[in-house]
Amino acid sequence: MDFYNIVFYLFALITVVSAAFVVTTKNVIHSAFFLLFTFFGVAGIYVLLGADFIAVVQIMVYVGGILILLLFGVMLTNKITDVEIRTGTIHLLPAAIGVGVFMGALIAVMVWTNWKSVPTEIPLTTTKTLGNLLITDYVLIFELLGILLLIALIGAASIARRDKE
Amino acid sequence: MYQYFYNLLGNEIAATLITAAVPLVNVLLVALIGVYLERKVSAHMQDRLGPMRTGWHGVFQTVADFIKMLQKEDAVSTEIDKKLYNIAPVLVFTGTFAAYAAIPFSSQLIGSEAEVGIFYVVAISSLVVAGILMAGWSSNNKYSLLGAMRSAAQIVSYEIPTAIVILSMVMLTGTLSLDKFSQMQTAYFWNWNIFGGAELGLVKFLLIPFMVVGFIIVFISTLAEVNRTPFDIPEAESELVAGYFTEYCGMKWAMFMLSEYGNMFAVSAIVTILFFGGYQSPVGYVGDLVGADWMIPLEQGFWFLAKGWFFIFVQMWLRWTLPRLRVDQLMSLCWKYLIPYAFVNLIIIGFISLI
Repeated sequence: MDFYNIVFYLFALITVVSAAFVVTTKNVIHSAFFLLFTFFGVAGIYVLLGADFIAVVQIMVYVGGILILLLFGVMLTNKITDVEIRTGTIHLLPAAIGVGVFMGALIAVMVWTNWKSVPTEIPLTTTKTLGNLLITDYVLIFELLGILLLIALIGAASIARRDKE
Repeated sequence: MYQYFYNLLGNEIAATLITAAVPLVNVLLVALIGVYLERKVSAHMQDRLGPMRTGWHGVFQTVADFIKMLQKEDAVSTEIDKKLYNIAPVLVFTGTFAAYAAIPFSSQLIGSEAEVGIFYVVAISSLVVAGILMAGWSSNNKYSLLGAMRSAAQIVSYEIPTAIVILSMVMLTGTLSLDKFSQMQTAYFWNWNIFGGAELGLVKFLLIPFMVVGFIIVFISTLAEVNRTPFDIPEAESELVAGYFTEYCGMKWAMFMLSEYGNMFAVSAIVTILFFGGYQSPVGYVGDLVGADWMIPLEQGFWFLAKGWFFIFVQMWLRWTLPRLRVDQLMSLCWKYLIPYAFVNLIIIGFISLI
């Protein structure tokens, strides 16, 4: 087996196993920390696909932003020394059916789609190309996303602001 | 370096491991010398002598401390979250050490020549935040958790001014690669980015004041990111015992210390690469003069370490000069001063680079 294959399976294993732990662990904090390894595994797979920029953005946004926010949320909203934060399972049957159908659909698409595989050279870096595309072909979406984030920012600031008596 | 070992051993993995060992040795040395230097610098600033007994002027003090640490019992309290408690020090150190993968020590010793270099360093340091939160929470101790919360809030906020200044530098140089950053600031100090970069012209002189502002912002915010005084409220001794690593002892505690000193060198290296020419010599190379090409990478390594150590010294200097900030002062400094200034600086540098 190729060295890169081993690395790929390692990352895939990390992702899948830690994702399984995220949903099965009873402790919310443990789930959040397992999520860290899931995000890292996904970032590793991005690197192997030659998407260096996306991989770093994955770590930056998910680990550096969302995960920290999540941990803050859990730690601040509960009693701060309380370890007993538990998650339970409800509606087992409908959930299993829903997930089963969704997974079946995904696998069906994966198996029956006629994937076009064209051997291309992995680009050395994707940053410049991505930047060019964002500011030319996808500029409208880019600007809209910027406005969306701005709205979220203003919303957060206005919620956090204390009204003067 | 990697290429050399690859040719020597003919094995990718072995060559990578050997190349990766060099920064690891560097981190260990930084911790070993750094702790000693910190004691000496603090002592001389307070008109004391510091450690004097182990060896000449106490030079073996940290070695003795290290041996003591190895022998210590790993005392673990019963009411903790064992798994997370044990993973946390490793995670913190991993985050610190992973940043070294992209830092070029000289033109021949670069872990990864990834094009996303600086962006990667900024991103991967968020692992340290996760590790600190993990340590603080799993210790099941009020002080630890408070320290971890403060630390995470501080690091997350101060990442923003750092990122904005880095963004302005990226805009100016057109690259994210740390190696290219260093290469562009050629081997004389007037070509460094703090003096407006290598291209001579009106732009160079216009840039100087804004480069200085950028440098000051990035230096203050990286100081806060490594939890050094005046931004050491996460481990404020007089309030929180020792912050997020209160419950740790022995080698696990040593991992946190190692990580702290490793981080200090890493941020010094980033500041050096962004503004002070990276591994480039300030005065030209001896190797160029005598016509010995093999000397140049060694000299570059020397200059890089020298600049890194200089900024570590400045960090210590500030630590023993300034008092600690309050939490609200810390946040208002970041959000009300550094971030707006960094944004204005970004816009001005953008306009100047358009000229």
